[in-house]
Amino acid sequence: MIQYLYADELDAQPGLGPQMYRDRAAQFRDRLGWSVDVDAVGEERDAYDAEIPLYVIATDAAGRHAGSMRFLPTTGPTMVNDHFTHLTDGTRIVSPYIWECTRFCLAPEAPKATAARLMLAAAELGLASGLSHAVGVFDGHMTLIYRRLGWGPIIPGASGTGRGAVSVGLWAFAEAVLPRLRAQAGVTAATSRGWVTRAFGPNLAA
Amino acid sequence: MEGSLHHCLERLRLARTGDDLQREILALRDVFEVGHLVYHSVNSTGEQYAALTYSPDWVVRYVSQSYERIDPVVQGCYRRFHPIDWRALDWTSRAARSFLHEALDHGVGTQGLSLPIRGPGGQFAVFTVNDTVTDESWTRLRDERLSDLILVAHFVNQKALELEGNRDAADLRALSPREIDALTLLAAGHNRAAIADRLHISEHTLRVYIESARHKLGAMNTVHAVARAMVQGLIVV
Repeated sequence: MIQYLYADELDAQPGLGPQMYRDRAAQFRDRLGWSVDVDAVGEERDAYDAEIPLYVIATDAAGRHAGSMRFLPTTGPTMVNDHFTHLTDGTRIVSPYIWECTRFCLAPEAPKATAARLMLAAAELGLASGLSHAVGVFDGHMTLIYRRLGWGPIIPGASGTGRGAVSVGLWAFAEAVLPRLRAQAGVTAATSRGWVTRAFGPNLAA
Repeated sequence: MEGSLHHCLERLRLARTGDDLQREILALRDVFEVGHLVYHSVNSTGEQYAALTYSPDWVVRYVSQSYERIDPVVQGCYRRFHPIDWRALDWTSRAARSFLHEALDHGVGTQGLSLPIRGPGGQFAVFTVNDTVTDESWTRLRDERLSDLILVAHFVNQKALELEGNRDAADLRALSPREIDALTLLAAGHNRAAIADRLHISEHTLRVYIESARHKLGAMNTVHAVARAMVQGLIVV
């Protein structure tokens, strides 16, 4: 299942938030070796978690965190504009039609289709919200994953090569990506639209 | 219709006072052909500002009763940033239902779409259109005009911040060197492929620079963006 939860809504759900923050520590610190802050109970958080982001969270059959991503509007503080403008020739990517997506994370034992489900959930969210693009900073190991999922970003700027590359990517929201992502995720159109409808009301997914 | 929206945005750009802004809010209501249009902002120090088409009686009543504390639109939009259809809000409490009855008596529409905005420095605003129409018509308006409404909402917000003297807002609207290059070459009549080649970027990336400049300039399309940048002396051809 997919849930769209703002930070304050996530806090109100026992267990799910701490699971996500611990799975993020496992991915970004332990597996990828990023220098992220992990607190005494093993949870990874950064300043953007305090900006009341919108989390897209995939849960497994037992209702546990299987994977997640984090959205913030580019009209407010974003990682790409605060720390990565050297990759975009100094251009701050600020638009009401673009939200930033960061901390794309999979739990160590995540079901196989989780990455595809999250990408699909992001696409449904963007289309329902009138967005043109998602922007995100990603490293080399993700390039192949995005390509395999069939919804690759355009890349305004990058530094480094291979697994060590850091890139700024823009994902264009288009109806055309949905069938491919639904096939990869193994869900029907009714199901993925239902995720958005359940979270944001009857009209958004019309 | 796009023409009149463009004229509205152009006048809005030139607005120098709250009265100017209020006049354009009225004009925008007619452009979108809705019953009401509301812009309501709360800055980081809690100061409120509004430009809207509701009746003065309703505004006085709302403020005197501090209805923002029970208004499901304010409660539902606070801390959010996705478009919010009023049908998705929780109107079930007794206080919310009696508030709604009173609002309808004052001419507020039964359908609404609100766009929460997060501005610089903890600023928060909501831009709303509302009307009394069927579910079907409202869904159609949402689908057809959401993109324009998002542009207008943010442009009104930028103007309101500018009138308030917010310096962060002015910084956010400054064009980057790349955006200026892109607009300058467009103004000189180069096609996108040639411009991308010249700037050593892909056409996709160029499109992002142009879109970002267009938004900062509050322009409806690329031609308007180029024209505006020239008028403002941001680019020289």
